[in-house]
This record gives sequence, structure tokens and C-alpha cells, in this order.
Amino acid sequence: MTLDQMYQEEIMDRYRNPSNKGVIEKADIYVKEYNSFCGDLIEMYLKLNPDGKISGVKFNGNGCAISQAAADMLADEIKGKSLGYAGSIDEGKMKEMLGIPLGPIRIKCALLALKALKIGVQRYIVKK
Amino acid sequence: MLEKLKLKTFDAEEIRKDFPILERRVNGKQLVYLDSAATSQKPRQVIEAEKAYYSEYNANIHRGVHKLSQEATEAYEGVREKVLRLINAREKEEIIYTRGTTEAINIVTGSVLLNSLQKGDEIVLTVMEHHSNLVPWLAMKKRGIDVKFVDINDDGTLKMEQFEVLITKKTRIVAVSCASNLLGTINDARKIAKIAHENDALALLDAAQAVPHMPVDVKAMDCDFLAFSGHKMLGPTGTGILYGKRYLLEEMEPVQFGGDMIKEVHLTHATWNDLPWKFEAGTPNIAGVIGLGVAIDYLQKIGLSNIRMHEKQLIAYALKTLKEIKGIRIFGPMDPEIRGGVISFNLADVHPHDLATVLDYEGIAVRSGHHCAMPLTERLGETATTRASFYIYNTEEEIDRLVEALEKARKVFGV
Repeated sequence: MTLDQMYQEEIMDRYRNPSNKGVIEKADIYVKEYNSFCGDLIEMYLKLNPDGKISGVKFNGNGCAISQAAADMLADEIKGKSLGYAGSIDEGKMKEMLGIPLGPIRIKCALLALKALKIGVQRYIVKK
Repeated sequence: MLEKLKLKTFDAEEIRKDFPILERRVNGKQLVYLDSAATSQKPRQVIEAEKAYYSEYNANIHRGVHKLSQEATEAYEGVREKVLRLINAREKEEIIYTRGTTEAINIVTGSVLLNSLQKGDEIVLTVMEHHSNLVPWLAMKKRGIDVKFVDINDDGTLKMEQFEVLITKKTRIVAVSCASNLLGTINDARKIAKIAHENDALALLDAAQAVPHMPVDVKAMDCDFLAFSGHKMLGPTGTGILYGKRYLLEEMEPVQFGGDMIKEVHLTHATWNDLPWKFEAGTPNIAGVIGLGVAIDYLQKIGLSNIRMHEKQLIAYALKTLKEIKGIRIFGPMDPEIRGGVISFNLADVHPHDLATVLDYEGIAVRSGHHCAMPLTERLGETATTRASFYIYNTEEEIDRLVEALEKARKVFGV
């Protein structure tokens, strides 16, 4: 893979102009998670409909192009879907969405948002 | 004139021939290894010493009376003398083998000597400490022990005047790094130890970024404890040293218990072995320690003063050339006299992981992140930085390659 493939247009575009970055006041699900390898922080906000569908998703925090682009993609992926679907997204699916091979270190950047999402969904289900 | 003559004997190109890994190509480019502050590369002499142990005299130490065990014990114990000479300790009993700096500091914090600390006692650290010299002390807070921090100036040097204020009669231990792994700042460890002693406090020095790079003399600095890692000074991973003044080590209780650290064992009680073995429970990293001994020989053959001079030249060159890159922010002192071979920076708003990835594509290995110094990174107002660190095998040409790659990164990220 070349450098251009790694930092391809979609990754750079989502990194520079994410469509889902921000906060949701009174979110139903809120999670703050750190990437212990670098100290990067991500916050995920989810708003749910009464029927359990995800009506709003935002992420906030700082991170590298890979982690920010992954968070933005993940938000698009789960918007309008059920909580069950959001909880079912696994590492394989996340890698597939990103479409670039990542080593054992950078993969943590790519999976940070997913990790936060999974913690949030899990907590919400336990609480219910 | 003498200095010039000495420098002539330092030949990085010649040294490079001893490091097989430097022949590697990464992503089609000649490897430029600028991450020695994380771990240094190993010369073939060290690799061969480990191999020789395993292929010729592998045996457990201190136990067997057979030939192999005798040879292994002799080689393993012989390294203590080398460490003693390296840091100018008084006796071999003061040299304890550990897994690294982290374990060395944990022996001190975990020992009963410190169990005698009482609520209201204070520890003084600095904001530039590596987590290994920070988290073990923070763990003491739950015992009611207060931890205080000396701040840094804008140029990355310590606010030395704060030691005078923060170290009081309540202070039991002052624990400070000799050189910062992020800023490169070389601290006046001797002065800090002196202030500690004037207040009847002990001084522990984290020398992980000092012993590999410059002459270190525990007698001259008059520190009570000194901790450093073998793997940052050409030695194998899983090796390190705790130096302690004998009277303190005698008083301290072991923190790990089991084989080899005992004198006699009964079903009702046990007594501890003599120094230094009291602190070395279980079968140690025998091959690693033997390798460390060869690493010390290697470093001393070059001379620690020569190594320091080489790194001073490299950091001066790096500061001068990196400074010219548009959008770069360099952290730490700009004076090579008080700076080790470490340079941390950020380039505009490019995240250090992205920057490190671009550099990796150019075959350049740097570290990105918080460098196990989260409070310092925060103090600098950053979430992460990129760090290039130098050692005996690095050259100015490699710094040129770093600069070229950083210019490339500017293009990739449009900054």
C-alpha cells in the first residue's frame, strides 16, 4: 500500500471535514474512551427514538486522521439503524469500512470509536 | 586540540557496521532508526553474547555445582563489577539487577522502607517524569502520602527555585529524572540531591535517559538510589539496574519472594539472602544480564564522554535544521549544552500518529504519542508529540532524511 492509498481522499476528507463531529445535549448514550497507546480521547453521543432506532450520532475529541475518519464513518453507518445493529458491528466490519490495511498499532486508532460505541451500547442494555 | 583528537576516534560509520539491523530496508528505503530513547538497537557483540550463553553454557545460576552452572554464575555475577565501574558505585552489593527502570523504582516504592512512611509525609517529583517514576509514587497517595510537583519553565527546564520551596522537613523522598525522555532536558541532578539531603530527604534519580548517553557518577551526584534500563544502552530487553546506598538497601525489605532471595527456609519462617540477591527472587534474565555486560564494555570502549559529544553535535544539527521547517513547534531547551539527543515536536495540526506513519513510509522510525509522560504532554498543551531520538549510530545525513520526510508530510497534509 502506498502513502496515497493510506491517506486516500475519503479518509482525508472525513478527517478535515467530518460530518458527524460535535455533541448532542441530553444524549441517551454517552461514552468517553481513551486510546491508552497515545492518550487520544473520543466521546460518542447517541440519541434514540422511542422505538429504539438511533436518531442521532455525534463524536467529539481529538485524534489522528485514521481515528477521526473511522469515527465519522461509524456514525454514518449506525444512523437510523437499531441499537442491536450498532452493537453487532465488529472489528472485521470496521476494517472493511475503512478499506485500508493497518498494523497492530494503528488498528487501535481505527477501532477507538467502535470500542467506545460498544461500551455505550453494553451499558445502555445493562441499565435497561 | 585534545577534544578534536578524541572526536576523530568517534566514527559513527564504523560503529554502524556492528549493528546488523541498520542494514534493513523499510518500505523500500534504508532504515533510519530515530527511536533509541524507546529502546536502542543492539550490536552483534551483544547478540552473540546471548547466543553464546544459550549455545555453550546455558544453566541456572547459584545452584548447580556442575561446570555449566559455574560458568553461567561467573558470567552473570561478573557483570556487577562492570556496572559498578560504569556508574562509580562503591561495592557490588549496591548493584541490583532488575527487569528495567520501572521495576527498579517499584522496588524502592514497594519496600518496607517506604511502608514506614506516614500520613502527612511528602514526596517531591517533577512534571517531566516518565510514568515509571510517577505512577509508583501516585500509588502511595492512598496511604495519605502527599505528592508534590516541581513545574517547568517555558523552555523546558525545571523551575529549580521550586525545589527550595517544595522540599521541606516533611519531604521523605525526592525522585527526579536526570534527563527528560520527551524534552531532552538534562537536569542538575547533583543540585537536586543536595537540596533533598539538606532537608533529610532521600534522592532517587531516574537515569534511564542518562546512563546510556553520558558519564554518570553516583558518588559525585551523591544520590541514594539510581535506576536505569539495559535495553536503552545497547543491552537486551528485560534488563535494568537499581543502585542503592548499601545502608538503605540493608534496611529495606524485599518486594518479591521465592527462590534465590533466601538464606534459610523453614515451614514457619524464612530469612533473606544477603545483598544484592535479597532483591532478586527467582531465576533472573541470565542471558540478558550477560548481554548487558557486553553492552557496557562496548560503550566504555567508545567512552561515555565521546558519546555525549557525538549526541550534542547531532542535537545541535537537528535543532538548527528542524527549526527551519514551516509550522514546526519544537519542545524543550534549544541549548545543546543542557539537552540530550532527544527532539520532540509537532507540525502544524498534523496528528503525531499520521506524521509518524508518513515518516515510516520513508523508512524513518520515530515515536509518536505521549511518550509515557502524559502530565508533561498536557503541561505543554498538546495531546501528543512526535519524537526523534539519537544514539551512537546516528548521523547528520539521517537528520537530513528526517527533514526531507517532514517536508513531504507538509505536502501530504497540506500544511
